[in-house]
Amino acid sequence: MSSNDSIKKTLIVAFSLCIVCSVIVSTAAVMLKPAQQANQSLDRKRNILAAAGMLDENISIDEQFAKMTPRVVDLRTGKFSDAVDAEGYNERKAAKDPAQSDALSSSEDIAKVFRREHYAVVYVANDTQGGVDKIILPIRGYGLWGTLYGFIALEGDASTVAGIGFYEHKETPGLGGEVDNPRWKGLWPGKQVYKDGELEIAVVKGTVDPSAPGADYQVDGMAGATLTTRGVSNLVQFWLGDNGFAPFLNNLKSGEA
Amino acid sequence: MDSAKETLTSPIFKNNPIALQILGVCSALAVTSSLQVTLVMCIALTAVTAFSNLGVSLIRKHVPGSIRIIVQMIIIASLVIVVDQVLKAYAYGISKQLSVFVGLIITNCIVMGRAEAFAMKNPPLPSFIDGIGNGLGYSVVLIAVAVVRELFGAGKLFGIEILPLVTDGGWYNPNGLLLLPPSAFFLIGMFIWALRSFQKDQVEEADFKMAKHTVLKEGV
Repeated sequence: MSSNDSIKKTLIVAFSLCIVCSVIVSTAAVMLKPAQQANQSLDRKRNILAAAGMLDENISIDEQFAKMTPRVVDLRTGKFSDAVDAEGYNERKAAKDPAQSDALSSSEDIAKVFRREHYAVVYVANDTQGGVDKIILPIRGYGLWGTLYGFIALEGDASTVAGIGFYEHKETPGLGGEVDNPRWKGLWPGKQVYKDGELEIAVVKGTVDPSAPGADYQVDGMAGATLTTRGVSNLVQFWLGDNGFAPFLNNLKSGEA
Repeated sequence: MDSAKETLTSPIFKNNPIALQILGVCSALAVTSSLQVTLVMCIALTAVTAFSNLGVSLIRKHVPGSIRIIVQMIIIASLVIVVDQVLKAYAYGISKQLSVFVGLIITNCIVMGRAEAFAMKNPPLPSFIDGIGNGLGYSVVLIAVAVVRELFGAGKLFGIEILPLVTDGGWYNPNGLLLLPPSAFFLIGMFIWALRSFQKDQVEEADFKMAKHTVLKEGV
């Protein structure tokens, strides 16, 4: 058995094992990629619908999603744009590309977004009269362990929250992971984002007293997850603030988008 | 084939990896708040333990002693990545709930413990069976804990309502503590207590003898 411990044998075993294992791992990754991507896109659509409070489990997701119109918004001007194709646009890639995004200064960047892309894809659900029923905005920001990616849905008045949902995050299961809890998400609908045009919404530590002034602008924090709570508060404030979608929402209200 | 059966069944109660060896408790706390997630985790861990034992056992005669732990880790880690990819492709919702804990199977002491203690010294087939047996031993404890936690913490099993909650207009007031990770500690403790009441040979010898309670008389 001593031949096993020679340097040559050690190297041979290490190399061949690594090669065999890497072949197995990469085969699995490549073969399963289509199924995973299909799941991810379905999950994204489901999250968009769930954030808008329009999800009906009995109807196929694709059929329900037909009601939504993806539109591209230029975040620099706050107006609709046709500069990129909503279907193939990837916000995460764009946010990393210096040609398609702007760096944020640390005072502006409360949600640790780092770079803001020039264009964002929003989803508009029209009501029967052709007016805006709900508008769904992508949001993201840093929590405790990583970036949370999600959507926030606003009613047609562009100030009342219709729902919120995160489709990807790395928060601690059971603590910060409670961002997925339907009860917590159920606290959001009906909350007001803007008070006389000023951004007011925040996630606060503890429980909001419903009779207190400003209760309409505050959401309960998650117990045992101070940093996630703070992160969610910051990212909502960033994306609904002046560096996020606020100019677009103002234009939308005045009909100039 | 008696020894094969023994290898398979002894880890379930006689030599349970969680209850007797107190291994793998971390994931037992984290994933047991819902039965469905627990089952998937149990299947994933059993598969990884069985196949890593098989892999380690197949090459056990060629593994240099100096890098044997790393060799075991590579095999385990590759299997865990494959399991993670499969879950993402076929059980996306559950893989999202399990999130980091599938990856943490790599560091689960049961998997490494069996590879080092059993698979390095035994032929492939018994090693494979030993992996399944230990996976089952882990599963028994986890499922027992999950049934109690989900039933009395959320009034549900597999997400189906069994005990109607007060908040939904029923009569059952759920015990919120059971949904938090520490409750699994109490439940595993009670499981170990129950097991050792039946299998007295599992009771460890006390490290020290409890002294008799004395009352100081002076100065009173």
